[in-house]
Amino acid sequence: MASSVPAFDAVTCRGVGKVWAPGTPRAHEALRDIDLAVAPGEFVVLLGPSGCGKSTLLYLIAGLQDATMGELWSFGGQVAGPSPDRSLIFQETSLFPWLSVGQNVAFGLSIRGDMPDARRAAAREALARVGLAEAIDKRPDELSGGMRQRVAVARALAMRPKVLLMDEPFAALDVQTRSKMQDFLLDVWRASAASVLFVTHHIDEAVALADRVVVFTSRPGRIKAVVPIDMPRPRDPFSPAAEALRRQLTGLLQDEVDRAFAEQEALPA
Amino acid sequence: MSVALNAPAMALRRPSLPPWVGKLGWAVVSIGMFCAIWEALWAAGLADPRLLPPPHVFLGNIAGQAKFFNTVSRWQVGAGMDSGPPPALAVVYTAGATIGRVLSGLVIASVLSVSLGVAIRYFLLFERLTLPTITLLAPVSPIAWLPVAIFMFGIGNRPAVFMVVVALLFHMTLSTIAQIDGVNRNFIHVARTMGASKRQIYARVIVPAILPGMLLVLRMNLFAAWMAVLIAESTGVGYGLGQVIMLARNTFNPSLVFFTIALIGVLGFAFDFALRLLQNRLLYWVPKGSEALRGL
Repeated sequence: MASSVPAFDAVTCRGVGKVWAPGTPRAHEALRDIDLAVAPGEFVVLLGPSGCGKSTLLYLIAGLQDATMGELWSFGGQVAGPSPDRSLIFQETSLFPWLSVGQNVAFGLSIRGDMPDARRAAAREALARVGLAEAIDKRPDELSGGMRQRVAVARALAMRPKVLLMDEPFAALDVQTRSKMQDFLLDVWRASAASVLFVTHHIDEAVALADRVVVFTSRPGRIKAVVPIDMPRPRDPFSPAAEALRRQLTGLLQDEVDRAFAEQEALPA
Repeated sequence: MSVALNAPAMALRRPSLPPWVGKLGWAVVSIGMFCAIWEALWAAGLADPRLLPPPHVFLGNIAGQAKFFNTVSRWQVGAGMDSGPPPALAVVYTAGATIGRVLSGLVIASVLSVSLGVAIRYFLLFERLTLPTITLLAPVSPIAWLPVAIFMFGIGNRPAVFMVVVALLFHMTLSTIAQIDGVNRNFIHVARTMGASKRQIYARVIVPAILPGMLLVLRMNLFAAWMAVLIAESTGVGYGLGQVIMLARNTFNPSLVFFTIALIGVLGFAFDFALRLLQNRLLYWVPKGSEALRGL
């Protein structure tokens, strides 16, 4: 591409597309023509119906999958594979059950070759940032779902990533815990200065968290609209502004959900 | 019967007793029921004691049965019935010889099959060169390997251990591959985003992740190991429990057959129990038991 290298964006997508199993009868297009730039320290929520490819975009940015079309950049370098600069947090707990909480948080550091003392100190610090310093010697199965997700965030933070990629991280939690976790995430985000790309299909979550909401169409996933939110945080979910935003996002999503639903209904049984 | 049923029920109710007391109680009830049916068939005249001697007959004369275990010098021409160690010690020697073969076979087969399975998934060329052959050999019954064992190793310990290894190796290799393919994708994704190399992912994520499944595979294959070693021993590959069974068959001694079967059963049970303890110790992170099925 002739255009200049995007040196200052945390993440840049240019004409990104992804086809699964290309050239086979099972081939299907997950993403098409994604153009997106995320500024350093920005909190961007990717919102769309289930199966619209928003998670796929996260995997492409993480470098775990290769894009079929287009190019991906991060801080002036082209994405060629996974990097500790871009940490991915999953919906299901992905803590290693055979390691203690502290060893889980320090996993990336030990891969990097840090000394045990330095690892433990860094793990303690990262756990303190998510309010779980006292759990350092516990086993993951001794923690609740919300605590495990906080440990997963601590594990990502320990690598001091510049971009946090979160794939519906709170979807498996109950409503009360989820709202607590959203507040907690905003605190962590402010303290870390990292950019966050957060995938969800919950409109409330998008309204509570985002600087910008990117709304996806159903498959193949394309960007349907970008909605900036400049309400100050903490946000009152019952304020007229939040209400208006929810109405706007619901309207944008409704067509897509209807279309996806009709497509599923039309599938041969 | 009612007394026997009450004992475990009370053990379950009283929290002061450790849980294995209740389990042991039910084991006694289960085996007792089996023996009671057998004894009842004998008492009713339906089970001929010369062909199917009930437990009180074949367990009634342990000292007499134990004499037949004096296999230490049996194949030496001219060795008498009463030469060699005393009967009780002969049982221990014979059982010990069999246990030793089972254990060595299990250890060798486990190490080989986990290494093979990991190597097959790690090196694509190795997979292409070996996996078809392994899949081809997996369905072959261990009995078919017996002549090979004798051709290659003659008699003694080595052919019996070879039989155990060959009975387990191919299945356990295929199981290892299935376990590797079943590792939670997110574990691998996390390790990759943390900058782990392929070698690190295998050593620090895949191998620990497949351990619980491999221990289960090992427990399942423990029984296969016992079967293979008995086949090897019963066909003159060496002395051991299998040879005692063959001796009992040749001398038409059903009591000795059932006595040896009981001994093998107890040993196999003890082995399974020991492996389960090892599993709980080593794999503390694996959820235990079948609680989820209890309420159904």
